[in-house]
Amino acid sequence: MKKKLAWLMLAAMVVTVLLSGCGTKNSNTFKIGMTGPLTGGAAQYGIAAQRGAQIAVEEINAKGGIQFELKVEDDTHDAEKAANAYNALIDWGMQISLGSVTSTPCEATARIAAAEKIFALTPSASSTSVTKAGGGYQFQICFSDPNQGSASAVYIKNKGLATKVAIIYKNDDVYSTGIYESFKTKAAELGLSVVSETSFNDDTDTDFSVQVAAARTAGADLIFLPMYYEPASLIFAECNKIGYTPKFFGVDGMDGILTMKGFDTKLAEGVMLLTPFAADASDAKTKSFVQKYQEKYGEIPIQFAADGYDCIYAIYEALQKCDAKASMTAAEIGALLKDTFTSSSFSFSGLTGSGMTWNAAGEVTKDPKGMEIKNGAYVGLD
Amino acid sequence: MDFLSNLVNGISLGSIYAVIALGYTMVYGIAKMLNFAHGDIIMVGAYVCFYAVYHFGLPGWAGVLLAMLLCLILGVAVERLAYRPLRRADSLAVLITAIGVSYFLENTAQLVFGANNVFFPNLFEAEPIRLFDGRLVISVVTLASIGICMAVMVILTLFIEKTKLGKAMRAVSEDKDAARLMGISVDRTISVTFAIGSALAALAGVLLCSAIPSLSPMTGSMPGIKAFTAAVFGGIGSIPGALLGGLLLGVIEVMGKAYISTQLSDAIVFLVLIIVLLVRPTGILGKKVQEKV
Repeated sequence: MKKKLAWLMLAAMVVTVLLSGCGTKNSNTFKIGMTGPLTGGAAQYGIAAQRGAQIAVEEINAKGGIQFELKVEDDTHDAEKAANAYNALIDWGMQISLGSVTSTPCEATARIAAAEKIFALTPSASSTSVTKAGGGYQFQICFSDPNQGSASAVYIKNKGLATKVAIIYKNDDVYSTGIYESFKTKAAELGLSVVSETSFNDDTDTDFSVQVAAARTAGADLIFLPMYYEPASLIFAECNKIGYTPKFFGVDGMDGILTMKGFDTKLAEGVMLLTPFAADASDAKTKSFVQKYQEKYGEIPIQFAADGYDCIYAIYEALQKCDAKASMTAAEIGALLKDTFTSSSFSFSGLTGSGMTWNAAGEVTKDPKGMEIKNGAYVGLD
Repeated sequence: MDFLSNLVNGISLGSIYAVIALGYTMVYGIAKMLNFAHGDIIMVGAYVCFYAVYHFGLPGWAGVLLAMLLCLILGVAVERLAYRPLRRADSLAVLITAIGVSYFLENTAQLVFGANNVFFPNLFEAEPIRLFDGRLVISVVTLASIGICMAVMVILTLFIEKTKLGKAMRAVSEDKDAARLMGISVDRTISVTFAIGSALAALAGVLLCSAIPSLSPMTGSMPGIKAFTAAVFGGIGSIPGALLGGLLLGVIEVMGKAYISTQLSDAIVFLVLIIVLLVRPTGILGKKVQEKV
């Protein structure tokens, strides 16, 4: 009996070895890994980025030639879980990385990417701390936060949207503080008057009566909200409750507010934000993506989905350009991709911008686009 | 005017803390255990009400009643399954179990309701009261939470002082074994305590989410801790103490935010708690109980 069992186990081992052998042999499949919040408060972003990337992978695989295998691990927007998930992806054999979807976890995964010399292109982790931690291996396809903050200030000033601005930001979140600081600096430069600055953190992100009252007392006619949509929804509700109607200017984290369950979209009417992607844009690329996404997932894609989609295509184009082979190690591919992305002859046009170029730090250069929420949908401002 | 407005906001928040704290303090006072899952029952109650109103289109009051009923059942079930087997165990084991139940409820809620925040519907359709040219706004939720909070406190006090069941509760609280010898069913009395506490939690959940309309599986955890603090602050086990502690905590939190720092508001709240406990270890209205040897 024991002998039989031993033979059985041996047979099983042989089969396993043979099977796993097949996977890597004569294939041109690159393994791409990403971590993102698939559950938890920021799940909306992780799921959208994953779905966008998945659509791109399917399109590319259908073309033949370079093939991708995408694996996404849940990090619940937590840095420690992201690091563990990232190591699991490395064990799985990840050759190219999409880093993490949100900034704080991405800071952790960028550090590992730098140590392992894996090329990483994050769809949406926009903090500069992300590229800093990545030591030249972590690239972004989204705006960096300072870029977004100063662009918002310029936009508000140039369009004459406000004379007195209030800012409410989240002080324990690099995404929020990064945008806040650059906005403030740029506003001072432009002579845009900031009359009230208040903040909140993870434990106090529910009651905004004080912050809103401070903005109102200071006479602000516009509130700048560098934050995700959940606290923003509460700020809109609070303003509505006390009958205060300033203009609202958000950032790309505001994306998702319209699909929040139970949310009365009337509260967000007129909210403006800068975002590189508009699902209602009429170009063929966006139309085809939005249609595919809707067919597959039954909802209109948000910016994070477009970011995920673009990441895969940018990597695809760069891989073709630098002639990388799927048989190479992650570090070899990493070195090639890093050089390609920063080379002056490489530029990428996708859903979230055309003619994107990258600097050696990993930050992208592209133009922002103004959007406004009208009748429960995003409409381009320009 | 800002001061008055902040004061109203503080009282509004405080009265919600107070309703939660009443449940905490009652269970502690009678069963002599800290039910850390109390905050999560709040969350379950709010979700039940959300689904009843948002998905099934029930009127607000029906949603509240349904939430109270389901939470009452949940509370009794938790007590029966998790706490009763530990009746003779030491208090540390019960405490750890309570924390376990809390995590269990949070994570089950994530599975069942999803992790995304939902936006709680407005159950109080009436217009808020606007005074001084709309500079001072008192919402209906504020008035309702203050009213409910007072009513609950009076009813609870009367219930415990005047009814037979209330007498049994006090007896169990004082000495379980002696109560048993007098023919009181200790288990049944504690079940009733949990039933009342959990129904109160559901009510508090609906009030909390009406004031702050964002609901997620983690919604109950921070208010739960704050309300526990309020209960300790006022003197744990004391019903008027829970009310006083809750109101003070809410006012201190909002005032701290408004006049000291929006970043340090929680630190200020807990600092005040530490100072109070240093001066009066039993809380503001807590009674010093002499241990008989």
